[in-house]
Amino acid sequence: MADPMKIRANMVGDKVEVKVLMAHEMETGQRKDAKGATIPAWFIQNVTATHNGKTVLSAEWGPAVAKNPFLSFRFAGGKPGDKVQITWTDNKGDKRTDEATVA
Amino acid sequence: MTPIQRGILALFLAAPAAALAQQPLTAVEEIERYRAALADGNPAELWEARGEAIWKEKRGPKNASLEQCDLGRGPGVVKGAYTVLPKYFKDTDKVEDLESRLVSCMVMLQGFTPEQAKKDPYGSPGKKVAMDALVAYVTSESRGMKMNVATSHPKEAEAYELGKKMFYFRGGPHDFACATCHGVDNQRIRLQDLPNLTKQEDAQKAYTAWPAYRVSQGELRSFQWRLYDCFRQQRFPELEFVSPASIALTMFLAKNSNGGTFNAPSIKR
Repeated sequence: MADPMKIRANMVGDKVEVKVLMAHEMETGQRKDAKGATIPAWFIQNVTATHNGKTVLSAEWGPAVAKNPFLSFRFAGGKPGDKVQITWTDNKGDKRTDEATVA
Repeated sequence: MTPIQRGILALFLAAPAAALAQQPLTAVEEIERYRAALADGNPAELWEARGEAIWKEKRGPKNASLEQCDLGRGPGVVKGAYTVLPKYFKDTDKVEDLESRLVSCMVMLQGFTPEQAKKDPYGSPGKKVAMDALVAYVTSESRGMKMNVATSHPKEAEAYELGKKMFYFRGGPHDFACATCHGVDNQRIRLQDLPNLTKQEDAQKAYTAWPAYRVSQGELRSFQWRLYDCFRQQRFPELEFVSPASIALTMFLAKNSNGGTFNAPSIKR
């Protein structure tokens, strides 16, 4: 089971600024281990963010994204107390969803 | 570095910076800018969160959490604990730094054997260890507080003197001492500034920035790891995890940082 994300969601002017840290290895599939064997690719493929159940961001990621990725974005129409939910799915089918409240 | 090389480097770095600001930035300022840009999303926070969960989790043969662990400011007090470490502890009759104290608590409270508690000192890709996370959590609770390490107990004073001796001890195939790199102003490895740890200001700045998330390694690195890797870089014999030698050297460096404001877990290249 993957570790929880760290999500912050704050009002910046009339927009909600969301900052997400995800715990993930993000292996490219290009690296080799000490024995010379290829380390299999293992990375987050899909990220979606929902605001009160409505999708505000949907992204397809690849192996070029860094380990323990940091994602920051803003969306309109939110207000303090709203729920922001982030979900990622990796290429092994592992999934993680976490939620934050807009402050 | 020759003046010509330095000039070329300055030109090289100035080009992208000039577009943003009128003043060309020095290499050091460029690195500071890079760190500032990264600091907002410091993945060390992931370790801090995981560490807090492990701190409260019932583990080991005694099925106990670490919540009653005395880190130097009384049982269960995490806030500010890192600013007084290393410290002499009556129950173990030893001077202990954070990592060795965590080992002691795992043994005393949770019933692990010392070997079990010390087994996985450092994480690596694909291998998450409890120690890194606990270190991140405990140190994060001292952020913004002033370092205040004492050497009033004879054993604390003894550790400080031993650490000082180690700092200046030259040896190994390179005939190196810690002081060879860290006892002179303006030393660098590539673009990394090496702090002159014999000066209070540098010592404070360096010590209060560890532990840190190393971007190049994708791991959170503790102070024990920092010393372990310094020993490796000097081609010294391996510095054993939480050994009296490692604690003594930590004591010397921690005490010299007294008065500095603790600001870690930080992020480094």
